[in-house]
Amino acid sequence: MRPVRTVLAGALLGALTLAGCGQSTTTASQSGSASPSTAAPAPGFPVTVEAGNGPVTIGARPERIVSLSPTATETLFAVGAGSQVVAVDDQSNHPAEAPRTDLSGFKPNAEAVIAHKPDLVVLANDTDGIVAELTEVGVPVLLEPAAAKLDEAYDQITDLGAATGNAAGAEQVVAGMKKKIEQAVAAAPGDAKLTYYHELDTTPYSVTSSTFIGQVYALFGLTNIADKAPDLAGGYPKLSAEFVAKADPDLIFLADTKCCGQSRDTLAERPGWSKLSAVTGDRVVPLDDDVASRWGPRVADLAQQVGEAVRKAAAE
Amino acid sequence: MTGPSRRAGTAGAQSRAPDPAATEGEAPSRPPGGQEAAPADPGAPGGPGSPGSGRTPEPGGLRDPGSPRRAAGLRPGPLLLALGALLAALTVGLLAGAAGIAPRQAVLQLIDWLPLLTADAGLTPVEQSLLLELRLPRVLLAAAVGGLLAIAGAAYQGVFRNPLADPYLLGAAAGAGLTTTAAIVFLAGDDVSLVIPAAAFAGAVGGVLLAYTLGNVAGRGGGTATLVLAGVAVSSFLTAGQTFVQQLGVDELERIYAWMLGDVGGGWEKLALAAPYAAVSVGVLLLHGRVLDVLSVGDDEATGLGLNAARARLAVLLAASLATAAAVAVSGLIGFVGIVVPHVVRRLAGGSYRVVLPLSLLGGAAFLVLADVIARTVLAPAELPIGVVTAFVGAPFFVAVLRMTRGEGA
Repeated sequence: MRPVRTVLAGALLGALTLAGCGQSTTTASQSGSASPSTAAPAPGFPVTVEAGNGPVTIGARPERIVSLSPTATETLFAVGAGSQVVAVDDQSNHPAEAPRTDLSGFKPNAEAVIAHKPDLVVLANDTDGIVAELTEVGVPVLLEPAAAKLDEAYDQITDLGAATGNAAGAEQVVAGMKKKIEQAVAAAPGDAKLTYYHELDTTPYSVTSSTFIGQVYALFGLTNIADKAPDLAGGYPKLSAEFVAKADPDLIFLADTKCCGQSRDTLAERPGWSKLSAVTGDRVVPLDDDVASRWGPRVADLAQQVGEAVRKAAAE
Repeated sequence: MTGPSRRAGTAGAQSRAPDPAATEGEAPSRPPGGQEAAPADPGAPGGPGSPGSGRTPEPGGLRDPGSPRRAAGLRPGPLLLALGALLAALTVGLLAGAAGIAPRQAVLQLIDWLPLLTADAGLTPVEQSLLLELRLPRVLLAAAVGGLLAIAGAAYQGVFRNPLADPYLLGAAAGAGLTTTAAIVFLAGDDVSLVIPAAAFAGAVGGVLLAYTLGNVAGRGGGTATLVLAGVAVSSFLTAGQTFVQQLGVDELERIYAWMLGDVGGGWEKLALAAPYAAVSVGVLLLHGRVLDVLSVGDDEATGLGLNAARARLAVLLAASLATAAAVAVSGLIGFVGIVVPHVVRRLAGGSYRVVLPLSLLGGAAFLVLADVIARTVLAPAELPIGVVTAFVGAPFFVAVLRMTRGEGA
C-alpha cells in the first residue's frame, strides 16, 4: 500500500492531527522505551508505550500480533517480531513472508480482526472508530500514524520493539538506518544546488518539503520545485504540468513506477515534457512506490538511492 | 406526461403512413433538417438551405402560437456576442498559466507560429513546447468539452422537457465512472493514459444504451418519464458497481477521484480522440433545433405537425449521448456546465432550441475555458480540479443571471 495516497484520499485525518499525535509520541515514547531497553531484555513486561492513541500498556509479550499497516508490518519483521505476527493487511506486501490476509487497513472490520484472536493490533489509521472497538473488547491497540519526520519514524520503530519484546532489535534497526542515511548524505555533495520533482502519480500529484519524504530529500540539500505551491494546496499539491516543464528540475523521482508504469520513456512521451533536461540528460530516478510512501526501515534504502542520484547529477 | 407520450407511440405509427417522405429521410446519421417544416410549409422539404441549422429565415413562424419567442431564429447579435465571449476566453486561457510566461511573450510566440509571420518572443525551446503542446491544446480541449457538455445538456432538457435534465441523466457518468475505475484498479501497474479515454467512452455509451433499453422494456412507446426513471435506476446500479470496484483498489483512490473531478489537460492527443465524435454529434444536434422546438409543444402536437416524436427523440438522444461520451472520455466527470449553461442562454437569448443549441455550444466552451483558467491559476503552481471550479464559480453566476432576468421566465 501507499499510505501517503490513502491518507491523502481519506482527508478525515488532517495533517495537523497527524503531526500533533506524532509529536506527543516523540517526547513521551523516548522516556517510555528507555526503561525496557535498559532493563532486562527478555521479560520487560508489562510495558507502557506512548502511541497515537495515548499510553498503551501491554501486560505480556504479544504472540498474536495483527498489523493493519504496511509500514508497521515492515518494522515488526525488521526488529525481529516476525514470528509473533499472525496476520497482516492486504496491502502489507513486504517482506514476502508476512502472513498476508484479506484484512483491510483502509476499511477495517473489527470482527474480522478479532477473529484472528490478536493480543496486539498495530494500525496507522483510526478509521470508523476501529481503535475504540478493539480497545472495548480488551485488545491492546497501537496507533502508529504516518510519520511527519524521520525522528518520528525512529520512535515508532523503537515503540514497536518495546511493545513486542524486541527492544534490542529495534535499537539495532534504528542505529543501522541512521548510519546508512548519514553515509549517504556524507557521500553526496551538499552544495550541488540541484532542484527536484517527486511524482506521486501522473495527474501529476507531487509532495512538498513539509512531507516526510520531502524531508528525506532536504537532507541532501535538494530544492523541491513543488514548494512554490501555496500552503493552501497542502503537502501533496496537484501540480500544473506546465509548471513542471517550466521549472525544468535537475532530478525527477518517480514514485509511480508500480501503480502507473511510469518511466523516463513515458515522461518523454508526455506533451511538453520531452525536452526536460532530466529526461534528455537521463536524470529520471525510478523509485519503488511502496518504499517512497512508507516510513519504515526501508527509508534508509531510499535515502541511499537519492544520494546516489545526487552524486551522479552533481558529477556531470 | 405518461398519457400523451404513451399515445404518441401509436399516433406516431399512424403518422408514418401519410408521410412516407419524412420517414425515409430520417436516419440518425442524417438528421431531418428541413423535414419538420413540412406541415407548415409544404414547399419546404428538400428545399435549398432548409437544413441550415436554424439560421435561415423561419418559414413556419406561425406554427406554435403558444410560444411567440420560439418563432425567432438565431439573430446575429447574440451569436456575435457569444463568439466574442469565446474568443476572449480563449485569449485569456492562452495567456494565463502556471509557467509564468509573460503575456507579451506568449502573444509574440503565437504570432510567430502563424504562417508568413515571424516574431521573436525570446522563449526557450522548453517554453515553446510548453505553449504548443500543453497550453494551446488544453485551452482548446476545455472549449470542446464545455461546448459538448452544454449542447448535450440543452438537448437532454429539450428531449425530456425537464429543466433539471443534464448530460449525465441517462447513466453516462455512472457508466464511465464504473469502467474507468475498473481500468484504473485492474490495470494498476500499467500506463493507462490511453486506456482511460476508451474505457470512459465505452462506459458512457454503455450506460446510456442500458438505460434506454431498460426504459423501452419498462414502458413501450418511448415515454420520457419512464426513460428518466430508467436512467436513475441504471445510474444507481452502475455507481454501486463503481464503489465496489473502488473498494477493491483503495490504493488507487486518489487517481479515481482525480479523474472524476475532471481534467482538461493531456495535449493534442486527447483533442484528436474527441474530435470526430464531437463533430458528428454537434452537427446532428445543431440540425435538430427545430425538432426540439416542435417536441417542446408536446408529442400530440408534434405528431399533428407530422413529426415522428419517438424517432426524433431517439436521434437527438443518440447525438447528445455521443457528445457526452466524447467529453467524458477526455475530461472525466465535469458537472454543472451541462445543466446551467443552457439555462443561462435561455434567459439571455430566448427559448427556441434553434437559439439555445448553438449558443450553449459557444457559451459552454467559453465558460469551461475560463473555469480552467481559474483552476490552474488560483493556487498556481498547484491546480484545483476543474469540477470544483465549475460549480463553485458557476453557481453564484447562475443565481446572478436568474436574478437579473427575474420575471422573464424561460
